[in-house]
Amino acid sequence: MELLINNKKYTVEPHQDESLLSVLRHQLDLTGSKYGCGEGACGACTVLINGTAVRSCMTKAESAAGKNITTIEGLEKNGKLHPVQQAFLKVDVFQCSYCASGMIMSAVSLLEKNPKPSTQDIMRSMQGNICRCGTHPRIVKAIQEASKV
Amino acid sequence: MKKHEQDLIAPEQYELHAAPAYDFSMNRRKFFSVLGSGVAVAFTASNSLGAALTDTSTAPEDQVNAWIHIGEKGNITVYTGKAEVGQNIRTSLAQIVAEELMVPVDRISMVMGDTALTPYDRGTLGSRSIPYMGPQLRKAAATARELLVNMATEQWKADRASLAVADGVVKNIKTGESIAYGGLTKGKELLKPVDDNVQVTPVDRWQVAGTSVPKVNGVSFVTGKHQYVSDMKLPGMLYGKILRAPAYGASLVSVDVSAAKKMKDVTVVHDGDFVGVAAPSPHAAGEALKAIKAEWKTTPQPSRGEIFDYLKQKSGQANGRDSNVKGDVDNAYASADIKIAQTFYIDYIAHAPLEPRAGLAEWKDDKLTVWTGTQRPFGVQEDLQQVFHIPKENIRVIQPDTGSGYGGKHTGEAGIEAARLARDAQKPVKVVWTREEEFTWAYFRPAGVIEVKAGATKDGIVTSWEFHNYNSGGSGIETPYNVASKKIQFHPVDSPLRQGSYRGLAATANVFARESVMNDLAIELKMDPLTFRLKNLTEQRMKDVLEAAAKAFGWNNMKPAQGHGFGIACGTEKGSFVATCAEVAIDNESKEVKVIRAVTAFECGAIINPTHLENQIQGSVIQGLGGALFERIDFKEGKILNPAFSRYRVPRFSDVPIVETVMLNRKDLPSVGAGETPILGIAPAVRNAIANATGKKLYTLPLAPNGVEV
Ligand code: FES
Ligand code: FES
Repeated sequence: MELLINNKKYTVEPHQDESLLSVLRHQLDLTGSKYGCGEGACGACTVLINGTAVRSCMTKAESAAGKNITTIEGLEKNGKLHPVQQAFLKVDVFQCSYCASGMIMSAVSLLEKNPKPSTQDIMRSMQGNICRCGTHPRIVKAIQEASKV
Repeated sequence: MKKHEQDLIAPEQYELHAAPAYDFSMNRRKFFSVLGSGVAVAFTASNSLGAALTDTSTAPEDQVNAWIHIGEKGNITVYTGKAEVGQNIRTSLAQIVAEELMVPVDRISMVMGDTALTPYDRGTLGSRSIPYMGPQLRKAAATARELLVNMATEQWKADRASLAVADGVVKNIKTGESIAYGGLTKGKELLKPVDDNVQVTPVDRWQVAGTSVPKVNGVSFVTGKHQYVSDMKLPGMLYGKILRAPAYGASLVSVDVSAAKKMKDVTVVHDGDFVGVAAPSPHAAGEALKAIKAEWKTTPQPSRGEIFDYLKQKSGQANGRDSNVKGDVDNAYASADIKIAQTFYIDYIAHAPLEPRAGLAEWKDDKLTVWTGTQRPFGVQEDLQQVFHIPKENIRVIQPDTGSGYGGKHTGEAGIEAARLARDAQKPVKVVWTREEEFTWAYFRPAGVIEVKAGATKDGIVTSWEFHNYNSGGSGIETPYNVASKKIQFHPVDSPLRQGSYRGLAATANVFARESVMNDLAIELKMDPLTFRLKNLTEQRMKDVLEAAAKAFGWNNMKPAQGHGFGIACGTEKGSFVATCAEVAIDNESKEVKVIRAVTAFECGAIINPTHLENQIQGSVIQGLGGALFERIDFKEGKILNPAFSRYRVPRFSDVPIVETVMLNRKDLPSVGAGETPILGIAPAVRNAIANATGKKLYTLPLAPNGVEV
């Protein structure tokens, strides 16, 4: 089976029902997407499928075939960080950063659809992403920052 | 653990007193071939620096906590056993060194948490990195700088006074000569002990320390490149899974691993109570685990519904260390004008670090290397030594920057498990705990029962204070308020669930109970709770944070809107001071408590990195909101009932109030840690705000998992 990830084709053999997260992490060594819960409740595993944020732990690898998958590793373009990554760096958001990939992917998806989100919009759309270190206010600030560019 | 360290550990840091969960049967042959040779050397990691150590051999090994090395290219490397778990200590410590060596921060590499490379360190816990490691590194860096300047003085036969240092270059102001650090260190092998009397840069002349240097390695985190242990992979590596008991207190009666053993490429280990498998993929490991048939014997275990009675009944003698009796508290209480007697109930809660425990182990001959996300790499090394009966010098523990801990990763379970599997598999093995395992088998913040009896005069002077904590612990149990008669005691209990350190330790519970009672006394006295507190305090630093928080909040010139309430609370631990003012609103329909705004003033001496300090304060407040409002572990007959983020509610974006911080920068005071104390104020402030809004005084943590009936 083929998966199109970050504009690159990969041949993979998922076992039955294997999640996209598992394939990314264990077969393809794309470990930027994190495991936090395996039940769609934390957002650490968030990737984009055709531009929309999905929880890769709840997505069967099979169902992603033929679609355009973007992971945190694919955000950088020509050695340049994505504006959302830049904004997160600028605001110096994180503590342990384990939530970072999921937060950034969710933010990218949000800004694709809603380039000028209100604080309310941001809070609502990030609700499924957990940050245990409590960097939420800085995440909101970084997304606002990114929405300016 | 070294003897004198026992004193530094609070009784409720149970995980530090406990032996590792397993004791693997020894390989006798190895035992005799290694230990039998008669080698019993107190070998610390610092010995790996070889003969160079002799210069400092008069210093006790456990005081040699850090090394700074300046290479031939002027590259500066700092070696410290401290662990980065998200508190951004890597950045703060680098700033301190950069300051003294007068170089930009990016010239510094920090080697941390590696038992083979860094000196022994008892662990990254108890907010000790900044107050203890900070000054040592500062002095070490200053000593290094002076050494370099002296070398230049000699080389140029110059006058010391005419030399100046900037940007890693020593300059002779008189002659214009200049030489970079690398030019001085080239071809030398010099080692000196830290000069205790070395001149360090005074705080008011700080240029790098005291500024908001961004997280070092920040890019590797926002690009997903940083390898947490759970991300690591070694050639030929297998994935391990462990057979877990169905409940606390269950023991293994029999186990049949034959089917699993027959599976292709699967290694099964059964050693005492340890049963685990390793296989080439997590899926295969999962299948093998499923194929194991085990029979367990359970024992009667208390459930959440009866835990508080249980703790009270099973409590032992008051712990002397956290016991303070002064005056005649019974008499003082009897004669008080205003009296409050109240019991508080504190649930077990989980740290739930977003990265669950992970360990990767590799054996090469008799040498073991373990990568694991722990706050105590050297502690894990000792545990491994104990369970495998091999000399410590054969064990290397490496701790890559970890997906947080909050006091919950003082141990090394996953690393030990991986090492056990790897030994039989003869291949590297990685064990990553599932969220359910993390919620079940990691340790919890202790549950507790707190009984308080307090009395005051009608003019608002607290005269008697009796305070008993059952099980939570002794941290923060002492009252900062002046009281003539008091009796304060911690009563330890053998907890049915595994419990241990949590951010702020038992102070989260003790401060909650104390500040609630202080609030209620003020209500009885019809006094403003801030005025009442100030009246009973002498400690100026505490008054300062209270006043700063109140001012930023508008405590004295605002009234809560209909259905809203204001609350205030303060606390101190580990030399830092916190006060929080909170505004809450109760939703008419859902009865849910919504925290609207939280203003926290914090003081921890001289500030090293304002942005990262602000981040720690905000993070503590937000994390503390969970324990304040809704987090609790539910369990029945030894089984955890809510071991998932879908069933254990943690703070999310919608729960986050406007979080404001006021940071008091006391440049005249030494810097202390900031990762714990800021969590103390939020729960009691919210509780007192709910009382203010509704008249309902709550006595439990969490306060209102199902909202507040008004
Ligand atoms: S790991 Fe996918 S949502 Fe938590
Ligand atoms: S920064 Fe640690 S979980 Fe978000």
